Amino acid sequence: MIEVRNITKSFDGRTVLHGVSATFETGKTNLIIGQSGSGKTVLMKSLVGLLQPESGEILFDGRNLLSMSRAEIHELRKEIGMLFQGSALFDSETVLGNVMFPLSMFTDMTRRQMRDRAMFCLERVNLKGAENKYPAEISGGMQKRVAIARAIALNPKYLFCDEPNSGLDPKTSILIDELLSDITHEYNITTVINTHDMNSVLGIGENIIFINKGHREWVGDMSQIYTTANEALSDFVFATRLFQQVKDYVAANAVPLNGDKGGLPK
Amino acid sequence: MIISNSIATFGRFCMFMRRVFSIPDRMSIFLRRTLVEVSKLGVDSIPLVIVISMFIGAVCTIQMQLNVTSPIMPAYAVGLATRDIVLLEFSNSILCLILAGKVGSNIASEIGTMRVTEQIDALEIMGVNSANHLVLPKILGFVCFMPVLSIMCIGTAFVGGYLVALFTDLIPVSRYVYGLQAMFIEWYVWYGLIKSLIFAFIITSVASFFGYYVKGGALEVGRSSTNAVVASSIFILLFDVILTKLLLQ
Repeated sequence: MIEVRNITKSFDGRTVLHGVSATFETGKTNLIIGQSGSGKTVLMKSLVGLLQPESGEILFDGRNLLSMSRAEIHELRKEIGMLFQGSALFDSETVLGNVMFPLSMFTDMTRRQMRDRAMFCLERVNLKGAENKYPAEISGGMQKRVAIARAIALNPKYLFCDEPNSGLDPKTSILIDELLSDITHEYNITTVINTHDMNSVLGIGENIIFINKGHREWVGDMSQIYTTANEALSDFVFATRLFQQVKDYVAANAVPLNGDKGGLPK
Repeated sequence: MIISNSIATFGRFCMFMRRVFSIPDRMSIFLRRTLVEVSKLGVDSIPLVIVISMFIGAVCTIQMQLNVTSPIMPAYAVGLATRDIVLLEFSNSILCLILAGKVGSNIASEIGTMRVTEQIDALEIMGVNSANHLVLPKILGFVCFMPVLSIMCIGTAFVGGYLVALFTDLIPVSRYVYGLQAMFIEWYVWYGLIKSLIFAFIITSVASFFGYYVKGGALEVGRSSTNAVVASSIFILLFDVILTKLLLQ
């Protein structure tokens, strides 16, 4: 579990995060949502230690990231997997090389063992057969899946995903969402996903944190979003006509949201 | 303002170098990457070095013949002057200025692209010292291979001059060859090699620094690449003066 307590972060005198607190639970897909410029990427970067907040605490199962020594942070980072918005695959390495990279850096596995583990991860993300290709030779969706395979290669306790669906078509987005959700439950990982994608919010949002203008405005799960009284959240989530119609339909027909027969899928 | 900025940048460069010169996480990976960089930065520069050295050696010989011709000057002075120019300046300073363009821009754009595509962030989050992992193999690989390029440059430049002597009637071949050997000072070779090692370090470290701290997108990567070449060229010229003063006087 990751706990964030009263995180404040400013840039050039402009406060981007105002005392944000949140809990990211183990074995659940935790989503950070909010408009562009709301501070969710700053929160995500603070969580992984790429940015240093001015105040507050970030507790990884009780260990405060902000009071750790460089060596302790180094050790903690071996427990973290991250999926970047642009995948951030190493151009000079093949797909297999990318997935093997963390194994070669942090384990004493033989080359054969590393290869087997990497192939297992690639198989897990349905990418068997692409191991000898270079990142430039595969599609955006495949690159995301390689990045997921690389992120889970070391069996991380914490998985961070920055806009995992950006630039992907809806079908591929759903595949990536399902993959992240499955991996989270399968390996009991604390997964934190930073997203704009409302399909993700309503599809895999088990613990949703809504950030607005640097403040944490709302916490809940996907079923609570339809009936939220928070105007900013409602405006944000149901901004598109399609989602507005879904919301109206749910309200008008009292459709259950628990994945029951006839209801909207949870 | 300019002075305080320069001091701040120098401080940042020193801190960057401290991160670069730390013990690699995995020695086997570090050695493998160093060999790759030797090939990419060093071996791949050989064709450029050969072509440029050949022509410069030929031009030097022609220029010397045209400008040094005098009844009181012996014919072998052309070979001697060509040799000293190549040993003292061309095989190190001029060669490194040229390589600053090729190698420096290559390094700055490669590392800069890794920065803007978040590959460096990915390394950091994995717990890898990205500066050490990416930059040290480049510095070590190029510095180690630089003497080879420098010696290759010397040899090829002499061949260029030799071909001029052979195919023109500007200077007899025997006089040119005699000039290359006359009054040879061995220290000039060491002086050139020492300078080339330091210039190789300047090219790789300055270019890596500019690439590593890129912010923005493709435009900034291009700008950092240009700035890296300009800055390393200026530092090469500055250190050329300092090293000449220190090593030749």
